Amino acid sequence: MADVTHDAAGPLSAAEVDDVELYHPKSWITKYVFSQDAKVIAIQYSIVALAIGLVALVLSWLMRLQLGFPGTFSFIDPDRYYQFITMHGMIMVIYLLTALFLGGFGNYLIPLMLGARDMVFPYVNMLSFWIYFLAVLVLVAGFFLPGGPTGAGWTLYPPQAILANTPGQQWGILVMLVSLILFIIGFTMGGLNYVVTVLQGRARGMTLMRMPLTIWGIFTATVMALLAFPALFVGAVMMLLDKLVGTSFFMPAIIAMGERLAHKGGSPILFQHLFWFFGHPEVYIVALPAFGIVSDLISTHARKNIFGYRMMVWALVAIGALSFVVWAHHMYVSGMHPAFGFFFATTTLIIAIPTAIKVYNWVLTLWRGDIHLTVPMLFALGFIVTFVNGGLTGLFLGNVVVDVPLSDTMFVVAHFHMVMGVAPILVIFGAIYHWYPKVTGRMLGDVLGKLHFWVTFLGAYLIFFPMHYIGLMGVPRRYHEISGMAFVPPSAATLNEFITIVALIVGAAQLAFLFNLVWSVRHGRPAGGNPWRATTLEWQTPQTPPAHGNWGKDLPVVYRWAYDYSVPGAAEDFLPQNQPPTPQPA
Amino acid sequence: MNEVAPHTLNPKIGRAPGWQGIVADWSSDQRAFKNVSWGKAMMWIFLLSDTFIFGTFLISYMTVRMSTTVPWPNPSEVFALEIAGHHLPLILIAIMTFVLISSSGTMAMAVNFGYRRDRRKTAILMLLTAVLGATFVGMQAFEWTKLISEGVRPWGNPWGAEQFGSSFFMITGFHGTHVTIGVIFLIIVARKVWRGDFDDGRRGFFTSRKGHYEIVEITGLYWHFVDLVWVFIFALFYLW
Repeated sequence: MADVTHDAAGPLSAAEVDDVELYHPKSWITKYVFSQDAKVIAIQYSIVALAIGLVALVLSWLMRLQLGFPGTFSFIDPDRYYQFITMHGMIMVIYLLTALFLGGFGNYLIPLMLGARDMVFPYVNMLSFWIYFLAVLVLVAGFFLPGGPTGAGWTLYPPQAILANTPGQQWGILVMLVSLILFIIGFTMGGLNYVVTVLQGRARGMTLMRMPLTIWGIFTATVMALLAFPALFVGAVMMLLDKLVGTSFFMPAIIAMGERLAHKGGSPILFQHLFWFFGHPEVYIVALPAFGIVSDLISTHARKNIFGYRMMVWALVAIGALSFVVWAHHMYVSGMHPAFGFFFATTTLIIAIPTAIKVYNWVLTLWRGDIHLTVPMLFALGFIVTFVNGGLTGLFLGNVVVDVPLSDTMFVVAHFHMVMGVAPILVIFGAIYHWYPKVTGRMLGDVLGKLHFWVTFLGAYLIFFPMHYIGLMGVPRRYHEISGMAFVPPSAATLNEFITIVALIVGAAQLAFLFNLVWSVRHGRPAGGNPWRATTLEWQTPQTPPAHGNWGKDLPVVYRWAYDYSVPGAAEDFLPQNQPPTPQPA
Repeated sequence: MNEVAPHTLNPKIGRAPGWQGIVADWSSDQRAFKNVSWGKAMMWIFLLSDTFIFGTFLISYMTVRMSTTVPWPNPSEVFALEIAGHHLPLILIAIMTFVLISSSGTMAMAVNFGYRRDRRKTAILMLLTAVLGATFVGMQAFEWTKLISEGVRPWGNPWGAEQFGSSFFMITGFHGTHVTIGVIFLIIVARKVWRGDFDDGRRGFFTSRKGHYEIVEITGLYWHFVDLVWVFIFALFYLW
């Protein structure tokens, strides 16, 4: 990497960009509520996402209680169970993971890591958060409207999503669709900001190939989101029309409850295509920021440069591009043309190549590194294990012949929870432990952090590993109760009880994490500006937490890539990106 | 705009041949697109995203049109008008298309005069563009009224597949909304040009920043995009 690490150039002055005219808040409201500062917006995004995530956590508890102890909790009737499933899935994938990775970490880290003062359009950025907040409120409103939230499953497949007798068909499905449309509008405003800031707003010396991989991950994911969300937007608009106006985009002629409905001639498969054209990239919208963040965590906490930086970047971009041509592997049993299965299975398996490159590079970064088992590092290592595990079961499900018997079983549930539930969430935790000192100036409690990691990591395995076996037994997913099926052995019920008990414990451990978050704001150990001795720009700010405008009078100038750890001959074991090279003896 | 010279911190930039050179150029210092302002970059990327929205709308329409078993109404007949005793297929759509394409011409002229800082001509041409756009939306309203009076509804029509009405109202409605937003934006920007906001550096609506005449071009980008989308709607919905 000689060409991206050192350049024979003396210190340079910062190049100010004309466009930067910071908005200076004049009152408490514009500083903390309707703030245009990306850092405040990031914290707002994160708090709302974590709060709605708590709702999803409670819903998962309720589902597990029903599955573990069927019949004990009479208030969890089949309708409510479906509503819990739907809301849990939608909240976790969109309102928690997407919003937290892109809205939360994106807003906080993009300007700071790139040496910018703020996002390029702070006002639009502020609107983005408030529209997201509105989307969350509309989503939550579903719980209080007559009939409750929709119970159509998070995939919202028509025709059942809008038919009578699907729970929440009066109001739930409407607020769900409206909330999704709002989310997409809000996200687009933020996403344009992130992309343009990365492309056009970097500090002097910050070439694209010197950006930390965190930014590469968030950037690639944002571009994907801007191209994938339109499909969901269109699908939501069309379903809204089907439901409200009585069009038949997705609705074939149907006899329901002995009555012929007015719809005729629509194509339910069309919705599945639209949904998964969004839905599969969405998996990587959640995964790519996690890949990026984990690369930085591993490099920092193993005090070693990332192995194969260039390949890591290209792998991110390749995964992003490939993920747009694999969507129908979610639809092998939908009745689409069988020849499609061949194409989509092939593209799906090709994704394993860039993904494997990333995993090898993480492992090779660790190889003979000076590994510090800090809390962020533990979570990063936990991510690699869970991600490899979930990725391997993905190879099963990507093959048509293997998928057909496994589809719609608990095996699928175990697979996607491992690969896009547990894995990214471990990264979110690791990232919060890593950057919390920058956000608040104080460290999160270490003991509680390690306890949180071990309970969460081991617990996740105890929950989802047995679930694979339940799936292999043929236990279907999305069933309120499985008793009385001859092919399900009694041991499945025992396993389900076990999983439920572990799930309750793991959920409770998250409360310890929340306590840690709140308690450490005032009582944590003071962190100083750069507690992890990291190279990237956000740790080199003049103040901690960074002040409005991030950098004081002059913008930083970047002289090297983000991974100068343990450079031979250097005084410290890290060289910050903005440290000028020592003059070479001629 | 402050023009940032692509400086040579990295001596490899500009030297590598072929693809490596392209990558090196594009990933070079500070800006991927040299001399492209933030606003213009943002509009281009937004339009890319919006292309996917319209693309998905049109593909969805084509899918339902191909998968329905009921005959599709003949657009040439549905959109025909009787003018002075003559039966003219698609005449209204032809006029609408002509009006919208012309508005792209006036918009392009407005951009040109904007960069020459000719406030008067810029503002007049932008307003003319807005008037042509409003005419287009007006004719679309007439078309909607005519079809509705003939019994076309989103859930059915007298001539065939009910997806005809649903697709028609959805796609032209979504496009018409885009045109309407464009007209509103044209009027706002034209007013600012007329008042001289971009000469005396008055803080602007929406971004609390000083504007440039470039905003005329950015508005133009959006306007041309909306016209281009109409060409595809025209080809795929009316001519097919």
